[in-house]
Amino acid sequence: MTPNEPIGRFRFMNEQRVNLDGFATPAPELGLVAFDGPNDPKPSIKISDGRVVELDGKSESDFDAIDEFIARHGLDLNLAPEAMAIDSLEFARMLVNPNDSRKDIVRLAAGMTPAKLAEVLSRLTAAELVIAMTKMRARRTPSNQAHVTNRSDDPLLLAADAATAAAFGFRELETTVPVAGDAPSNAVAVSIGAAVGAAGVLVQCSVEEAAELALGMRGLVSYAETVSLYGTEQIFIDGDDTPWSKAFLTSAYASRGIKMRVTSGGGSEALMGGAEQCSMFYLEARCVALARAIGSQGVQNGGIDAASVAGAVPGGVRSMMAENVMVMLRNLEACTGNDALMSESDVRRTSRTHPIFIGGSDFINSGFGSIQRYDNMFGPSQWNAEDIDDFLAMQRDWGVDGGLRTADETEVARLRKRATDAVTAVYSHLGLGDFSQTWADQAVDAAGSKDVTAGDLMLPLNAARTIMETNVTMLDVISALAENGFDLEAERCLNMLKARVVGDYLQTSAIFDEEMNVLSLVTDPNEYSGPGTGYQPTAKRQAEIDNIRQQKSVEDLRNEQKIFASQNLRVRGSAEISYDPRDVVIGVSPATGREIWMTLSGLSVTDVIGELMAGLEEEGCVGRIVRINDSLDLGMIGLTAARLSGSGISVGLQAKGTALIHRRDLAPLANLELYSVAPTITRELYRMLGINAGRHAKGATPEPVRNPYSDEAIEARYHTKVVSLVAIERNCVTNASPETLEVV
Amino acid sequence: MSKGDFGFSGKPVTDVTIEAIRRGDITLDDVRIHPETLEMQAKVAEANGNPQLAANFRRAAELTSLPDSVVLGYYDALRPGRSTADQLTAIATELSSQGAIKNAELFLQAADVYARRGLTAK
Repeated sequence: MTPNEPIGRFRFMNEQRVNLDGFATPAPELGLVAFDGPNDPKPSIKISDGRVVELDGKSESDFDAIDEFIARHGLDLNLAPEAMAIDSLEFARMLVNPNDSRKDIVRLAAGMTPAKLAEVLSRLTAAELVIAMTKMRARRTPSNQAHVTNRSDDPLLLAADAATAAAFGFRELETTVPVAGDAPSNAVAVSIGAAVGAAGVLVQCSVEEAAELALGMRGLVSYAETVSLYGTEQIFIDGDDTPWSKAFLTSAYASRGIKMRVTSGGGSEALMGGAEQCSMFYLEARCVALARAIGSQGVQNGGIDAASVAGAVPGGVRSMMAENVMVMLRNLEACTGNDALMSESDVRRTSRTHPIFIGGSDFINSGFGSIQRYDNMFGPSQWNAEDIDDFLAMQRDWGVDGGLRTADETEVARLRKRATDAVTAVYSHLGLGDFSQTWADQAVDAAGSKDVTAGDLMLPLNAARTIMETNVTMLDVISALAENGFDLEAERCLNMLKARVVGDYLQTSAIFDEEMNVLSLVTDPNEYSGPGTGYQPTAKRQAEIDNIRQQKSVEDLRNEQKIFASQNLRVRGSAEISYDPRDVVIGVSPATGREIWMTLSGLSVTDVIGELMAGLEEEGCVGRIVRINDSLDLGMIGLTAARLSGSGISVGLQAKGTALIHRRDLAPLANLELYSVAPTITRELYRMLGINAGRHAKGATPEPVRNPYSDEAIEARYHTKVVSLVAIERNCVTNASPETLEVV
Repeated sequence: MSKGDFGFSGKPVTDVTIEAIRRGDITLDDVRIHPETLEMQAKVAEANGNPQLAANFRRAAELTSLPDSVVLGYYDALRPGRSTADQLTAIATELSSQGAIKNAELFLQAADVYARRGLTAK
């Protein structure tokens, strides 16, 4: 240790991944503060002749563009006096009280100013936010959204990955481009892939505002999300929009029957250097009020691109969740962040998501990276392809519906093949480009774009140009699908177009189920009012949540053992008491050589016995194999064996590999040595156990043996197997007396 | 006929089939929302506690009859620093003459606020 170096304990702690994250000392003057910024106003409203003349401490003449729009469009002025008079803490309590209905709460919230709702929500603890989210989200059924992108805008891989994401249960797919010009090609490829994967999956392509709308107008995408709002006027203008242009854009989408939501999220103003000494949460309260005012049906927030900024300050993660609940209070669809990766630490990123995951939202992730981190062109997400099995396991652990389901491997392989076939056919049909067979094969198999080496990097851009120049619309794509035998996909794409005519999916929180029913605030309202109410998964859905592909039954393990069955352990006859002082009995469990052949360490039972016998032989003792049939308890097996043993010493062995040395005068649960962690026992250790049993028999000093050290979750890996193997052992227990076995 | 049964063009949505698309008989106007459908959706939004969403649908209904390029052009005109107050007012007049009263109001309000907040074209 050099004088300037921290002590070992701190050197060690400094190396942990969480210390790659940045943590900021709150700097309220820079907006680096979650709640209670120095310039956060006290809630207030003054109404004169039906016109707001003061809003949150600011008089009308000082209104900036955001105040102005909220004041003119965003608030229920009839309700405002009543709503603003409610004590903030009282209202906060209503959010967690099952007896106060969601309807009443959103009605009152419509009359509350941004500062008022910020004050209300800052009073909720983390646990209360979970309850509030459970109760206040608009749609009863939770759902999830995926990112589907890759580094090369490879249309085949995009389509295969879109189909995969749909198979895993995502109901919205968001793509974007590393190369702006590729966007139309990405939109077509992901739309086709989504249609291959499932019916009713919504697709968006996140690009510049006007370009995104143009894609929507051609029917090439079915919703939009990246319509950004900011909480200060200056940053709003820096984003090249005003509340009026955003309001108009919102109407433009609706005029073409396209679903849209806006994007905001705490920390963005601080990140862009324009927080005006306000807290992240207050500025977000302005964004959410504005979202409602311009007539957006929903909001994507909860940090989003600035999630790491919010995550860097005290209470920042709580504020991100409170942002989501605020959206719900405004009676809007909540697409709840958990999007941009906000920590290098798996523990921190899980902690950030988990309350929202169990509370349930309209979209748990406003972009779960369904592709690998390196392929995510939004930047790595909070959750990625690397984590899909974790997420599925978490759903199963808590019985929670996070919107995902297990997908069967052969089915995903089939879908990926079909998706690449469909894109190949459509691109060729429309003159957008031709793919080689090698490219297609690689895309089907690929876990990411690094696995696709045969791609033509110029193809997406050429395809995109052709789409724009020849005015390709979704009608052309549908026609090409049908012409090439992709009738199901053509039908699914057509149904997404028809949904625009009907318009039901323009309503708050709308998604489609796989029968093309709209689930929304209107058709599937959340009416949670305490335990036993609200969303409950159907039996079918619960089975999807529970039945992950990794689960194994006792029967599965029995069959696994059968693969290793052999005839090399034979019964020679009943076992008698020996009086030979060199005799050491190896007592084995009832299932040994009957149903269980393979120990947890991967050594066969006969290999283990062979090592024990060899160890005894080294010490000049003679091992005798006796199967104890009337107990599966290792202590009793060992003791019974010791009582048959001429030396009074025995080795007890369960078929799964757990072993001990016993002596005939000890209590059943006592022993001389125990190897308790069967999965980690090696050949050498079994040999040593044999040697030590021999030394005990001779009265010599045994060499102390330590159980092998491991920092792995050995119990997590093997305990389920142990339960099954013990059950198999129990089935083999009989009243039969001990019998001598021999290895042949 | 009830809501959502026909597209902007007036063609019944049941006529929009794969076969019709393959024959080239379907245009985007056949799979575009009708203003009456948006009005119906506005009523639904109102009934579900969101008059602002309803107002959006009503502005949208007015925009259905405008070509894509005109809609995109109006959007651009509203972006910061793109238009003078007079230009915004002129668009409002244009919108009014096409019956897009609510959008006209939006432009008039923008003209006023943009002038006060320095968001007009220099």
